[in-house]
Amino acid sequence: MTTTTEAPASPPTAAKPARSKSGGGGLARYLLVRFLLIFPTVFILVTMVFLFMRVTGDPITAAQGGRLSAAQLQERIHEAGYDRPILVQYFEYLGQIARGDFGTTLTDNQPVTKLLLEYGGATLELAFYALIVALIVGIPLGMLAAYLRDRWPDAVLRIFAILCYATPVFFAGLLLKLIFSVWLDVLPVAGRASARTELQITSIDSPTGIYLIDALRTGNGAVIGDVLSHAVLPGLALGLLTAGIFLRLVRTNVIGTFSMPYVDAARSRGVRESRLVRKHALRPALVPIITVMGLQIAVLLGGAVLTETTFEWEGLGFQVAHYLQARDFVAVQGIVALLAVIVAVTNFIVDIVAAIVDPRVRF
Amino acid sequence: MSENVTSNPRSLGAVWRRLPVVHQLRQSVGLQRGMLVAGLVITGIFLLTAIFAPLLAPYSFNQLRDDAGRFSPQEPPSAKHLLGTTVGGFDVLSRVIWGSQTALLVIVFAVLLSIFAGILLGLVSGYLGGWVDRVLVVIADAVYAFPTLLLAIVAAIVITGGESDLLGGVLAASISITVVFVPQYFRVIRAEAVRVKSEAFVESAKVVGARAPRIMFRHVLRNSTRTLPLIFTLNSSEAILTLAGLGFLGFGIEPTQAAEWGYDLNKSLSDVTAGIWWTSVFPGLAIVLVVLGITLIGESLNDLADPRLRARRRRRGSTAADAAAAAAPATIETEGAR
Repeated sequence: MTTTTEAPASPPTAAKPARSKSGGGGLARYLLVRFLLIFPTVFILVTMVFLFMRVTGDPITAAQGGRLSAAQLQERIHEAGYDRPILVQYFEYLGQIARGDFGTTLTDNQPVTKLLLEYGGATLELAFYALIVALIVGIPLGMLAAYLRDRWPDAVLRIFAILCYATPVFFAGLLLKLIFSVWLDVLPVAGRASARTELQITSIDSPTGIYLIDALRTGNGAVIGDVLSHAVLPGLALGLLTAGIFLRLVRTNVIGTFSMPYVDAARSRGVRESRLVRKHALRPALVPIITVMGLQIAVLLGGAVLTETTFEWEGLGFQVAHYLQARDFVAVQGIVALLAVIVAVTNFIVDIVAAIVDPRVRF
Repeated sequence: MSENVTSNPRSLGAVWRRLPVVHQLRQSVGLQRGMLVAGLVITGIFLLTAIFAPLLAPYSFNQLRDDAGRFSPQEPPSAKHLLGTTVGGFDVLSRVIWGSQTALLVIVFAVLLSIFAGILLGLVSGYLGGWVDRVLVVIADAVYAFPTLLLAIVAAIVITGGESDLLGGVLAASISITVVFVPQYFRVIRAEAVRVKSEAFVESAKVVGARAPRIMFRHVLRNSTRTLPLIFTLNSSEAILTLAGLGFLGFGIEPTQAAEWGYDLNKSLSDVTAGIWWTSVFPGLAIVLVVLGITLIGESLNDLADPRLRARRRRRGSTAADAAAAAAPATIETEGAR
């Protein structure tokens, strides 16, 4: 059992396979159960968010509180229907969610789903860069730390991993900005692209909103370079956070598999040490990493709010922060509910991948 | 657990040695001991700073002037302001020191609240089982998978409506963090309760006629707490990070009410572009150090609790460092090699 090695960080990874054992029935049944679990998960989160936001008041008072007279306030509340019984509002809200309507922002009258289309690409792009950084840094270093366990490189790497976790993304972002943009002046301070590039990118037909893809489509080297140079610092800031977690996870799990008899057997047959680590010990250790990667989606989304604010990266997270400042809590509620759906669906996808990679999960 | 061969096993000393962190400190060797000690030292400094903040800080956290007049904003480090001043004209060093107090308060409140709620729910759910258990597990799973910070934001909106004083701010942050942490305690305690309830002594307690609450708290809970110190440290560090994240997004505590590192970092965002580094680097380092210290303790506890990760002294092909470490604390050899 390699899954339980990282006990505190991943209790759900250990718990899920255990619970699905009772079923039998194989892959199809497992997938069905996991799929059906999406609904209660989304339902619970949406209900929680709704209750949180409404139990203490209505969003209009929260947003406009001091600025309107009592009568005006009352009128606005009545217009929006926030004076009806809370249960009625709740069922109406559930109905809206079921139809894919996550509400309309108070301040600028934008449907939340439109915000997703407009800014989701940027967040996806940032998460993609971060994952790349995390994998490139986390997996090799984790293997190295496991191989040299309890020697000084291991200690250095582990402290590096803890530092990655201990540094808030926004502080990492500020430091990177300070060093690379202000002192060394080699990378841009903020934004997703310079103004000229942005113009070139948005002028191509049917832009995807994912700048890297759009830049590649223009085929212009300067544009691609500009987009990539803007991506380096935010990608590093958010990626290092996850890299630390991957490093620890790979280390613990490779140590676990490295002491297995089959590794000793392979070694006695004369398999080279580097191959032992790469093929024999790493492969089985990758399964929990895939599961944790799914859980990291949540961390990445939370981190994206902070990273995007630090780097003025105009994605969904930036919008959350923006609407928070504007005290538009309808927008915040809508985006959070939408993210709940996204998290639930990605976790489902990760579970499928884990089940395909590791037959133990589905039986 | 194991017999101690060196000294009198009874008396206060024996109790002392079985305390969570002390026991692990004696059990550890080499690098692991180094990490644990480093963590304890950093955390100790943090605690002392928080407690003695009023004595250590040269100014108050919301002080804008002294006898010589108003502090000028964004002043670089000097003899008068060792770490410079912020954009609002506060003394950076003072705010960093006072910030430790806010952080400690939030940790204490948040962890106490979540331990209390999580243990209660986990115990009831795990021991009684049935549909209550299933529903609670699904809810805990759903909350667990969701981004911590977003959930905390939503909770903070409700509790404070955005801004508040020291106590309100600390409570709001703590409760927001609690909402996120309860599922973790719940999970751990529930798993332990499920494991313990099938043990023979629980059976015998039932036969004797003890009622459910007594069994739960006397027999099951007492035997379910072994992983708590570990989660405690993990959550403390996460509480600081969440507090800083909330502060960074503008849900912190007003600067006139208390010092909060995340809030100061948010205010220093624009300073960075102008090359003003002292307003962001010091509060940021404070967060990193405290989280590092607490996490080092947690990591060490985790490793020592797992026999596969615990550094071993007598091992075929052990490294030079291992051998050196093994030679030194020979007195606890039996305990470690158990």
